[in-house]
Amino acid sequence: MSTDPTEQSRPIDDLDDLGMAHPPVHVPKGTRAPVVIVDDVHVEYNVFATGKRPSAADRKSLRLKGRGKQMRTVHALKGVSFTAYQNDSIGVIGTNGSGKSTLMRAIAGLTPTSSGAIYSESRPSLLGVGAALLKDLSGERNIILGGLAMGFTMDEIEARYDDVVAFAGLEKFIDLPMRAYSSGMTARLKFAIASMATHEILIVDEALAVGDRTFRKRSEARIREIRDDAGTVFLVSHSMQSIKDTCSRVIWLDQGTLLMDGEPDEVIAAYHAAQDK
Amino acid sequence: MTIADEAASAGLTKVGGRPSLREYVTEVWRRRSFIFSMARFRIESENQQNSLGMFWVILKPLLNALIYGAVFGVLIGPQGRPPHFVEFLIIGIFVFEFFAQSWTAGGRAITNNSALVQSLAFPRMVLPLAAVTERFLKFLPTVAIMLVFLVATGNPITWHWLLIIPIFALFFAFTCGIVLITARLAVHWRDLNNFLPFITRFFFYTTGIFFSIEERFGPKPPSAANPEGTPGHPWLVTLTDYQPVHEFLSIARAALLDGPFYDTNTDYWVYAILWTIGVLAFGVWFFWRAEERYGRVD
Repeated sequence: MSTDPTEQSRPIDDLDDLGMAHPPVHVPKGTRAPVVIVDDVHVEYNVFATGKRPSAADRKSLRLKGRGKQMRTVHALKGVSFTAYQNDSIGVIGTNGSGKSTLMRAIAGLTPTSSGAIYSESRPSLLGVGAALLKDLSGERNIILGGLAMGFTMDEIEARYDDVVAFAGLEKFIDLPMRAYSSGMTARLKFAIASMATHEILIVDEALAVGDRTFRKRSEARIREIRDDAGTVFLVSHSMQSIKDTCSRVIWLDQGTLLMDGEPDEVIAAYHAAQDK
Repeated sequence: MTIADEAASAGLTKVGGRPSLREYVTEVWRRRSFIFSMARFRIESENQQNSLGMFWVILKPLLNALIYGAVFGVLIGPQGRPPHFVEFLIIGIFVFEFFAQSWTAGGRAITNNSALVQSLAFPRMVLPLAAVTERFLKFLPTVAIMLVFLVATGNPITWHWLLIIPIFALFFAFTCGIVLITARLAVHWRDLNNFLPFITRFFFYTTGIFFSIEERFGPKPPSAANPEGTPGHPWLVTLTDYQPVHEFLSIARAALLDGPFYDTNTDYWVYAILWTIGVLAFGVWFFWRAEERYGRVD
């Protein structure tokens, strides 16, 4: 269980250069299996100052000439390692630009790592704020397509459909195209669709921030449910209350490095202390 | 024990690794109702905002045929015109329109659906396939119009007409192959989407939609006006023998139209089948190779 003292508040060791001397993946006593292993992950972006990523050909020529004036390398993650276990719900905190979203995208397999590797049990799904799924289609159609995309059959979707709509609280708007939805309604629907699938690794990246209080309570309950269903949840949030309410463990990122990993109260207290400085 | 071994012993796989080709194709096949539903929903929502609604599915190709018919049938002279010109033109335009629209839309299938790609995990191949399916569903009513038109202009209904079923099925598969290749290339090099309309237009003017390549560039026997006869450009005709879209158009016209000009060319059937198998197999493989790349935000 998450209260196992051996697992909490592990110090972050420096990695030894020898391959055998990696910090041992910590498997606590009991049966909790690792679900996600993040092993010394670095992510670098090469960006033009305009914000456009150079093509492979550009990168090569610029590297030969030395770093081009207009190109900058952003080192978003600088060697992050940790292991997430079954039933973990991990809060990820840190200031803006600390690498939270990059880490989440890397775990979801959307951003390739520059070095290091991430291993996971199943493909994690990332739920972030942002555009609708298919904004021209109604909420109903988006639920159907989302379900089909995740590999459900029509019958399975029909069985879950009412729950999804009720969870999103969109009974009155479900036949409207999603472009008519507010950002909160979009986030609610996306969350409801994504949580149709069980037994998966769910990454929630500030998606609850736009939801109202009722929805936040409901989605936090769902996150706990997923966790209890032997799932693993990552929650990126600036709301320490949300994190305290849902997470069994907190990771604190700062400028691309993992500063602290441990019990929520402890890490949040340290984070606040650093902020107030 | 390294971390990689430890991960393997716990049954974890590397994130960003792609499944084997066989598993991948199985997963895509499991999503076939996703492909179909997405195509259908898209057509409905596209037409929902028009007051004529689903009628546009039929109206668009009719208007197209009318314009091309007026331009190429009336304004431009009869040079290179085959027999049954209007029917020849209608079949050419309708079939090519399906191909060109699938190509441009399918090429953007990944780049335009980034929100969906970044939210849910599913084999990305279903997106370009859904784009082609959408165009194919729109193409079916135009086939009906085409057949009605052929009957109205006095073309006999023969059992040959049934051949359009395998022909269009093959053409669908061929188009899927082309679109899969293009969809991946567009992810690596977005500018391709801007070039596509020009590429399809090039094919439109060189494939023999509104003139017959054989009539226009083939050798001409001596006649009263031209007692010498002309050798034409046989190399050009040979070249188009191997052009897949031209082959599909020719066998479709041969199946639907009568007369010696439209005799079935068995070679074209063989070439068209070989093209389809080759392009589709390569397209699936080529698209699958970059599966982990498609969700990237930059």
